[in-house]
Amino acid sequence: MSTLLAALSQLAPDPGYSTPRIDWHGLAPEIVLSAGGALLVLLDAIKLERAKAWMPALANLTLLGTLIPILTLAVEGSTRSLFGGSFVVDPMSLLLKAMFLVVGYVVILLSTNYVAEGDYWESEYYTLLTTSILGMVVMASARDLLMIFVALELLSIPAYMLAAWRKGGRTSNEAGMKYYLMGVFASAILLYGMSLMYGVGRSTRLDVIAENLARPEMQSGVPIVTLAMVFIVVGFAFKVSAVPFHQWAPDTYEGAPTPVTAFLAVASKAAGFVALIQVVFYGFYVRPDIIEPLFFVLAVASMTVGNLIALRQTNVVRMLAYSGIAQAGFMLAPFVVVGDNFDSALSAVVIYLVIYAAMNLGAFAVIIAIARKTRSAEITSLGGLFSYMPGMTVAMTIFLASLTGIPPLGGWYAKFSVWSALLGAETALGVAMAIVMAVNTVIAAYYYLNIAKTMWFDDAPDGDVAPVKVPVGLTGAVGIALVATLVFGVLPGLLTDIAAFGPVSAALGGG
Amino acid sequence: MTVDPTLLLAADGPVTFPILPALILTPLLGALAIFFVPARRDDAFKQIALLTSVVTGVLSIYLLTAFETGEAGFQFVVDQSWISEFGISFHLGVDGISLFLVVLTGVMFPIAIMGAKITHDIKSYYGWLLVLMAGSMGVFLALDLVVFFLFFEVVLVPMYFLIGLWGHGDRIYAATKFFLYTMLGGAFMLVAIVALAILNQRGVGGDLTFDLVQIAQNQAISTEAGRWIFVGFAIAFAVKVPVFPLHTWLPDAHTEAPTAGSVVLAAVMLKLGTYGFVRFGLYLLPEAAHWAAPVMLTLGVIGIIYGAICATMQKDLKRLVAYSSIAHLGFVILGVFSITTQGIEGGILIMVNHGIATGALFLLVGWIYERRHTRQISELSGLQKVAPVFAGVFTLVMLASIGVPGLNGFPGEFLALLGAFQTARWWAVVAVIGVILAALYLLWAYQRTFHGPVTPGNEHFRELRWSEGLVIAPLLALIVFLGVYPAVMLDRMGPSVDALVEHVDEQVDDFERVEITYVGASDIPEPGHDDDSDGPASDEHGEEGE
Repeated sequence: MSTLLAALSQLAPDPGYSTPRIDWHGLAPEIVLSAGGALLVLLDAIKLERAKAWMPALANLTLLGTLIPILTLAVEGSTRSLFGGSFVVDPMSLLLKAMFLVVGYVVILLSTNYVAEGDYWESEYYTLLTTSILGMVVMASARDLLMIFVALELLSIPAYMLAAWRKGGRTSNEAGMKYYLMGVFASAILLYGMSLMYGVGRSTRLDVIAENLARPEMQSGVPIVTLAMVFIVVGFAFKVSAVPFHQWAPDTYEGAPTPVTAFLAVASKAAGFVALIQVVFYGFYVRPDIIEPLFFVLAVASMTVGNLIALRQTNVVRMLAYSGIAQAGFMLAPFVVVGDNFDSALSAVVIYLVIYAAMNLGAFAVIIAIARKTRSAEITSLGGLFSYMPGMTVAMTIFLASLTGIPPLGGWYAKFSVWSALLGAETALGVAMAIVMAVNTVIAAYYYLNIAKTMWFDDAPDGDVAPVKVPVGLTGAVGIALVATLVFGVLPGLLTDIAAFGPVSAALGGG
Repeated sequence: MTVDPTLLLAADGPVTFPILPALILTPLLGALAIFFVPARRDDAFKQIALLTSVVTGVLSIYLLTAFETGEAGFQFVVDQSWISEFGISFHLGVDGISLFLVVLTGVMFPIAIMGAKITHDIKSYYGWLLVLMAGSMGVFLALDLVVFFLFFEVVLVPMYFLIGLWGHGDRIYAATKFFLYTMLGGAFMLVAIVALAILNQRGVGGDLTFDLVQIAQNQAISTEAGRWIFVGFAIAFAVKVPVFPLHTWLPDAHTEAPTAGSVVLAAVMLKLGTYGFVRFGLYLLPEAAHWAAPVMLTLGVIGIIYGAICATMQKDLKRLVAYSSIAHLGFVILGVFSITTQGIEGGILIMVNHGIATGALFLLVGWIYERRHTRQISELSGLQKVAPVFAGVFTLVMLASIGVPGLNGFPGEFLALLGAFQTARWWAVVAVIGVILAALYLLWAYQRTFHGPVTPGNEHFRELRWSEGLVIAPLLALIVFLGVYPAVMLDRMGPSVDALVEHVDEQVDDFERVEITYVGASDIPEPGHDDDSDGPASDEHGEEGE
């Protein structure tokens, strides 16, 4: 009884307590997005059938509306730290938020006809998509283990459902189930790692963890630190489908509705990377002796295994899944020099992430457009595409060339910045990584080229070369991705200006 | 799209008109124009391609006349910052080494466009050709490592499609092989470029820069690192040249490519590699180039002999010409890696003259194929009786390719051997065998194709058309003109080549400069001595001895 009273007395306002000042401007993107998501749910509940047609437009408006506070924050340009440092709004996080929103916008453009014409629940689809994007937007600012975990679950759970969205489709259900089981398994490992990390780091905030881990007595002889870091990284490795935690990806990608696959392959993977950026570059960077070899193994395995398996794929979505695994390897590469070349590594990952989002999304957009005619995702079904869809063929060729790394397209600059980070570190691991990457770039060229070859040189499989009408939304999606791929390649200064956030890392004492 | 000619005339001095960007942008704008013209207007594409490539060609010839002879450094320099974070800029310039390759590009593309017919996908064909032209120009003009890499890789894509879409036979296999080989080299080169820039920055401090001239002047990296970086570059260039044993893509690509593709491949694309060795080997990494010289010389000589032997055994006329390219480019490698003024000058002369002669040979073989739909030597016979003018033209081009004195093939091979004899005597001795073999395979092929009885199928071999004659006439004129008067090239490249050898001499400790002075007309140099020599070059850039 007395304990209960004591507990109750604690509920009474502490005389010294004042309501925390909330930086509404800093939180505005999340607020707008949440409001939009809530509106979608409400509209669906009230209007049901009649609202269907308005859902995609409303979802898109929400995403565009969210870009407005991001722009005002970017113009202001200051770094805002909310909730005691667990939520930080800085130029990098704004860039990533904007990326997630644009990716979401493009995915909705891709989905509109696909979902309306197929056998799908429509209204909930957009609600879930918006919710998942909200999780990603939060992730871009999260600098606290708990915040990261909440963001991760917020973005993952809708994605599990979306993967299984095709009603009664067995492959789609399998896709969702596999993704879900692997996802929760990863979450469990991640949580275990986080709890260990809380034990040794004495906080959930990453900057405090970094301080504690940097203390001399923590530098060696504390195996739990290693264990915690490995568990956390492995947890996210599932999310970014790094080898050997990639097995779910091809089946899920192939079975899920293609726009959802695009969403998973681009946005969800990017969110996983953002989480890795947060934990490594804001927390674990003080222990490069653990982080660097760990990421070396992950990166080498991902790019090599991903590429070698991609070589043998006959289904273009599966091929993109494996190529995405290999690309994830390229994005993991800069982590290998986190201790020696902090700033360059950080900006290389962010640059690669943004450019990868543009070019891979573009490739998926073209595949969705083509599948409207071919009703298939087999590589052979792309034969003769140039003769009846020349515009889409040229666009796809540009995306593939960019993924290969042909200048002056975006993908080239992404690889270039990774190489400069790796070689700039002047460590043996960095140089080894750069060479492995060079070899893998050539392997990847083969299967990207194979698609280009089929589209340009082969004949249409059944001789059917009647042109097909592509909806405006899809053309727009391809156009956005195309412009981004070209602009980031020709004027990479636009990206590096934002990604070169030296002050932030300097303030954190890294580098 | 085109450049107002009054602008050119108004150009007072070399800097007022940005001619180097214009050389790259003109074909690029032509490609853009083609992209936006609707596909049904089939007739427009060739005209756009011809117009823009001719304008580019005229610009390149104007460059030749405006070029300051006797000047060793880069001229018409343009430097426009591109990615300032990494110190990358569009730094373009031309010197005596790249000048003639630029002109070669400017001349060969219009001829390739005029000289070959295409029946399908006309729009993309001409579009890709113009992109290729812009890319090739860019490679020769770039003075920034990243910009160089950009153009070096960009040319891959149009060539891939040219071979794959309009080629013959096993075109897709050939195109893929070509792409992957070159891509392999490119990936290593990019790593080497990044490493070089970073090490240079560590060495001298200051901002990161990818500027070729600055890095070459600094020479701030360690010997060992320099050698590794050279290997990275060398793989890329060796694939492109191609140097034995990385040559296997070439016979396939050349044989299966459409005529214009073969012409451009032989005339321009192979030079990207040899030019790379001069500019990014000797100039950028002199120590490493000197270190690698014995290996490169050996590979060059193997290329000469191997290419010649393979060419002798070919049954397909086009494949024969393709293998002869391997032999000719072996001479370039031999000359360049002799690291003497004569050798490098000879190498550059061969680059240009091989471009002209082999380009012409591919055109002629292409026309034979158009007429007979075969390239098998065994199915052709007695063509001389049916088409004497055609045979005459073929003879002249073939003799130039063999290296008969008086035609343009000779001065280059002579100088390359002369240079090699001073510093790499035994390599030169073996390489001479290649000269004899060249006569063997080409004359033998000529004999089988043009002499002998007129076999069935060859009776109606059509004589050279006027239109074809007009296309090839400029090449024939160049073959004769550059054969009797190579000084027009040597005068312009001399100072730059001298400066290059001087640069190697300054930077490499154990390098001993061997030079011959030109005085008289007929003295044959005695090896090892500081003797006079015969040389078509004027005496103005002669350099005193060892």
